[in-house]
Amino acid sequence: MAVPHRSAGRRSFYLNVSRWAVAPSLVYVAIFFAAPIVVMIIVSFWQRVGGKLEAVWSFVNYEKLFKKSYLLEGWFNSIEVALITTVVSILVAYPLAYVLAYQVPKHWQKFALILCILPFWTSYLVRSYAWTIVLSETGIINTVLLSIGIIDDPMQIGYTRGATVLGFVHFFMMLLTLTIYSNLVQISKSYRLAGEDLGANKFQVFLRITLPLSLPGIAIGAFITFVIAIGDFITPMILGGGNEMLLPQAIMLQVQRANDFPMASAMSVLLMISVTIAYFLLARWLKMDRV
Amino acid sequence: MAFWRTLPGWVYLVLAFGFIFLPVAILVFFSFTSRDIPLPPFEGPSLRWYNKVLNNERLVDALINSVIVGVGSALVATTLGFLAAYSIARNTSRFDGLMRYAMMAPITVSYLIVGMGLLISLHIMGVPKTLWTLGAGHVIINLPLCFGIVFAALGEHQRNIERAAHDLGANDFQTLSRVTVPMLRPSLFAAFCISFTLSWDEFIIAFLLTRFEVTMPVMLFEMLRTGLNPEINAAGSIVFGISMTFVLLAILLNLRLRRKNA
Repeated sequence: MAVPHRSAGRRSFYLNVSRWAVAPSLVYVAIFFAAPIVVMIIVSFWQRVGGKLEAVWSFVNYEKLFKKSYLLEGWFNSIEVALITTVVSILVAYPLAYVLAYQVPKHWQKFALILCILPFWTSYLVRSYAWTIVLSETGIINTVLLSIGIIDDPMQIGYTRGATVLGFVHFFMMLLTLTIYSNLVQISKSYRLAGEDLGANKFQVFLRITLPLSLPGIAIGAFITFVIAIGDFITPMILGGGNEMLLPQAIMLQVQRANDFPMASAMSVLLMISVTIAYFLLARWLKMDRV
Repeated sequence: MAFWRTLPGWVYLVLAFGFIFLPVAILVFFSFTSRDIPLPPFEGPSLRWYNKVLNNERLVDALINSVIVGVGSALVATTLGFLAAYSIARNTSRFDGLMRYAMMAPITVSYLIVGMGLLISLHIMGVPKTLWTLGAGHVIINLPLCFGIVFAALGEHQRNIERAAHDLGANDFQTLSRVTVPMLRPSLFAAFCISFTLSWDEFIIAFLLTRFEVTMPVMLFEMLRTGLNPEINAAGSIVFGISMTFVLLAILLNLRLRRKNA
């Protein structure tokens, strides 16, 4: 007798089993991701009474958020730093991605790309610490500049907003180089050749063909940069030296010192709203489901 | 002529690579100093600070905790991510887009939010903070990546081989365990390596969700409060070395996989 053919009943059973294989993950995401965030949003409308969480519903935390100027300032500072970081990172990363995609020989590209995003995988804590060694008053940069004689006194570079942005740009230029590069290599060469045939010079070809076609790569990289930068506690903490308060630092203060979970929740909600706004601003070019 | 035209590009490339590698190079370089502070002038080389790290019991404990949480959360995330990717790739329903979006959702939220949500929920339910709670949080940040990596590797090519196995009489479980999983082994291992690295390096969730047993990044943060110290350089270099090993493994496997499929 030949091998019995699969019956229709077994076939549908198989389909059901593989259909349900997605369930554990969805349940996990619901329990450990979605539910905690919902809880956090609910708690942001509660209050802390006598050191304990109480389900007293009010907008008190949000009112405080907008009344206490240092909290609001922390939010503005965070948005400002994240925006500056995103823009500078794009400006630094784009030329690098361009050179990698169009100038480096094909068989070297993969190697060069792996090399240039390798430090991306170092702990960002360790990387921030390494920058403080480079930037400190008796650090590498000041030592070199002093010995060449460009400056007479050590510069204050560490523990400033500039240092925070530098640390961020170093991290995110690697990410953006990757997203922009993957976009640039997908653009068909014939588009650029057609542009040149029709009389455009190199600059016009770049401005009117290459750049617009690489916007999705910029957008996805910019979005991830903004999301991570605005929520990062470590880089401003270590490199900024606490000279100005950013939103994540303010949240951590509420958790650690004040032990005020409702207030910390309200501030976290503010952080989420900022990210959501960024998403909708970039949504035109973002294709999240293709990640 | 071509040389002069491409020169600015090459100069930029070299400068960018210099910028990218500067902090890592400085970190590792000054971990070999014999002075008490990781700043110029450099004296040495010496292994003094590595010796100190390996004799620091709390640091070694933190290192071990990091490995436990990293391996555990990476295993769970890879398994869940694989099952979800397999399920969505092999079935079609009108919820496919929605399910893929749900799987990728955690990636669009700051780690700080993921950590805060879990912290507050644990607090309300009265669950103590341990390595288990941290592991649960790390699975969430790794799940989207594992799902994405495996999903990208599940093409029509693999499906045809699975069909062939079925026609040759293999049952569903045999097909999955003897055909699909072995075929995907490089991607699964790459997903595992990337997950381990992310968990290994992760600070904010680890800081929020642990209490007595801490991981390496939290430990390093505590050490940073005392200022610049070559011991941190040495510990940081070890952390960096382990991350690099896993990332390079993932990259090599992925390259081999691509070559095989090409």
